[in-house]
Amino acid sequence: MPKTDLLHEAPDTAALASSPGRGNTGGSSAGLSAGRAGRGNRRFGPDSLKGIIVKIVLLGLVDALAVYVLMMLFLSQSWAALAVSSLVVLAINWIYLRKGGLPAKYLAPGVLFLLVFQVLVVFFSGYIAFTNYGDGHNSTKDDAIAAIQLTAQKRVPDSPAYKASVLTKDNSFYLLFTDPSGKVQLGSNGEPLADAPGAGKDSTGKANSLPGYETLAFQEIVASQQEILKITVPVSDNPADGTLRTADGSSAYQFKPALSFDAATDTFTDTETGAVYRDNGKGAFADDNGQTLSTGWKIDVGMDNFARAFTDPSLRGPLLGVIIWTFTFSVASVALTFVLGLFLATTFNREDLRGKKVYRILMILPYAFPAFLSGLVWSGILNPEFGWLNQTLLGGANIGWLTDPFLAKISVLVVNLWLGFPYMFLVCTGALQSLPTELDEAARMDGASAWRVFRSIKLPLLLVSVAPLLISSFAFNFNNFNVIYMLTGGGPRFADTDRDIGATDILITLVYKVAFGQGTGRDYGLASALAIIIFIIVATISAISFKQTKALEDVN
Amino acid sequence: MSEAQVFTLPTSKDTAVDGGPAPLAPKRRPFGAWFKDKGWRHAVGIVTTIFAVFPLLYVLSAALDSSGTLVGSNGLFTRIDPGNFIALFNDPSRPFGRWFVNTLVVGVVTSAATVFLGAMAAYAFSRMRFKGRRIGLLSLLLLQMFPQLLAVVAIFLLLSGISQVIPALGLGSQLGLIMVYLGGALGVNTYLMYGFFNTVPQSLDEAAKIDGASHVQIFFGIILRLVTPILAVVGLLAFIGISSEFVIASVVLTDPDSQTLAVGLYSYVAQQRSENWGVFAAGAVIASIPVMALFLFLQKYIVSGLTAGSVKG
Repeated sequence: MPKTDLLHEAPDTAALASSPGRGNTGGSSAGLSAGRAGRGNRRFGPDSLKGIIVKIVLLGLVDALAVYVLMMLFLSQSWAALAVSSLVVLAINWIYLRKGGLPAKYLAPGVLFLLVFQVLVVFFSGYIAFTNYGDGHNSTKDDAIAAIQLTAQKRVPDSPAYKASVLTKDNSFYLLFTDPSGKVQLGSNGEPLADAPGAGKDSTGKANSLPGYETLAFQEIVASQQEILKITVPVSDNPADGTLRTADGSSAYQFKPALSFDAATDTFTDTETGAVYRDNGKGAFADDNGQTLSTGWKIDVGMDNFARAFTDPSLRGPLLGVIIWTFTFSVASVALTFVLGLFLATTFNREDLRGKKVYRILMILPYAFPAFLSGLVWSGILNPEFGWLNQTLLGGANIGWLTDPFLAKISVLVVNLWLGFPYMFLVCTGALQSLPTELDEAARMDGASAWRVFRSIKLPLLLVSVAPLLISSFAFNFNNFNVIYMLTGGGPRFADTDRDIGATDILITLVYKVAFGQGTGRDYGLASALAIIIFIIVATISAISFKQTKALEDVN
Repeated sequence: MSEAQVFTLPTSKDTAVDGGPAPLAPKRRPFGAWFKDKGWRHAVGIVTTIFAVFPLLYVLSAALDSSGTLVGSNGLFTRIDPGNFIALFNDPSRPFGRWFVNTLVVGVVTSAATVFLGAMAAYAFSRMRFKGRRIGLLSLLLLQMFPQLLAVVAIFLLLSGISQVIPALGLGSQLGLIMVYLGGALGVNTYLMYGFFNTVPQSLDEAAKIDGASHVQIFFGIILRLVTPILAVVGLLAFIGISSEFVIASVVLTDPDSQTLAVGLYSYVAQQRSENWGVFAAGAVIASIPVMALFLFLQKYIVSGLTAGSVKG
């Protein structure tokens, strides 16, 4: 297989690179490594002054940016990220400031991006796959408790009405409360009530001014309505005591959490019904009937997501269907595009064919057309109700090109054939033209028919050079998100599940819909688990197929 | 397959093809003979061309017909007026002009950086010998089997973490998106370039070294100049790939003003495919013109890159 072929030293270069030098030029002896790292025996010339200045300036800019990033990390107290980033910055400086280690200087930038956005994210996916990360489970337990206490608020029955005025100081709003007994207290968002001595009162006994603060007039209150509505003043330092809020800027009521939290037993109790919600060990509070509070937190769930994928009745059947279709789709796509591409390549492999160039340009147009648009355009043509195919070509037929499960699959394959055949046509043309013609002539001399020449000579030779490409084409189609998502959106949906999974969904569109789909809650944990399944499948297949192609190459 | 063969491949126009003597056609041949020899090839050509070109004509016709709905677009080229194009640029909630510029910016910056990072790596792999070189090349080969979009969930969460520290690099930022794309800068590109770099004779480097050239001078002054075709190919393929990228862009760019064409145009038809059809078609025509023009203009280079890819990896 050509790919591995490249990894063997080309003979001419192997001669230049002295073999003992290859093994130990890792830069252990800094001073010499620059020279020895070179392929030849000679050292590179010294850096020019201009080069040194440019290098210092660039490194300076990178470091300035790094210092900013590190500072922000420090301020946000992300200690782990800070430690890792500091190490990376140190490594970058070490790579570029030391003598020698030349390869690292050329590889570092690309490798850095590669490590963060291609390798790290894969491990991160692996981690997420073992958590219940998703809507309602996206933070820590403490955050969840605080959020539940804040959101589950009810007006305390029979609680007194407070009179309230809105004050402002330094661009923040304060509420001045007068309770029924005439006691005046000041509070603001998140700041508990405090006595407000020296408040001025109007004729009804409502406190309306305080030295150092400005009182808002009615129009101003209306103008800042949204912010004022959000002001939640805790009655005391204990969140269980409840809060004061105003709905109109002139009166306020006391609200209490509908659920009270008991830190000692780690439970929420519904203040009305007395139902007790306990930590159910699955990242949420649940009562005895299994009813959970909507806000939960992120926990590690072990293999739960994987187990769910293959046992949950609403997921297992559809998922199996999706996996089978993913394989069918990618194998069929490669086969169809290759057969058509090869057929066209042989058909037009004639120097004396008039109009050959025109055909060629027109035929590769689909390949030049942006892929995401192709799916959308075809979805218009194939639309069962309004599309051109049904309305114009078939004279008003009502064939569900995109809504019938079987036809939708055929449609997807045809559209993908449209997208993919020009590529195979180009590649096969190139490969055909590079075949030695002597073999061909010799075979014809021996009386072989054209088909025989093609079948026994050209095709085997062609496959050797094209096989790696067919494998990468398979890997590409395995994750060919655009054509599926733009054409059918994965639909038509399976009838036996309430999830958004359909007959033409492949694994990657399923991952996307589970993680970011509209309507259904986002479930990052499950989506990552599915992505990890794709990883494993692709890795296995490429390992096997690369071995196969190597065998193919060895045979020839 | 030897190096020489590989790189004469794309330009080998003179290669004799399809075997068999191609006799000079006599002036008049019976139709049957002509058809058996060449006619059927034209028939295949015409059928395939119709299959290939029809959807493009269809979208062009829909773009020029301002009645705007999917049903209305069925009569091909029955009405021609620029109404859809005008509507396209006058919808503040769907700033098509911005999308276009965004796509250009993200595409150009990413592909330029991709070419540069890839070329640096290819230079190191091609011209230097170091510990881990073989492993490095193999890992690049392996990593390319796993496209970034598989890790889209992790990318989203990583960026949302970053936006809490540095909003300018996190969710919603094009800079963040470009950084994510650069994660895929090595990989297949490096491989393609590595193969090409190897064809530049080593003796040129040696000569320059004797003259006292530094590695930077050799890289910029000699190598990069001699491999321009492959740089163009890689840059173009990167640009085309990125301008079509939907998954990651749709997750990262949430604000309509910062979106790219792929995300924006999808939103046109995602909800009501039928009503916005004409305007969408107009957008599709404008969006595809630069890419298609580039592709056809540089077709020869791209094809050589593809075939090199097919034989090289």
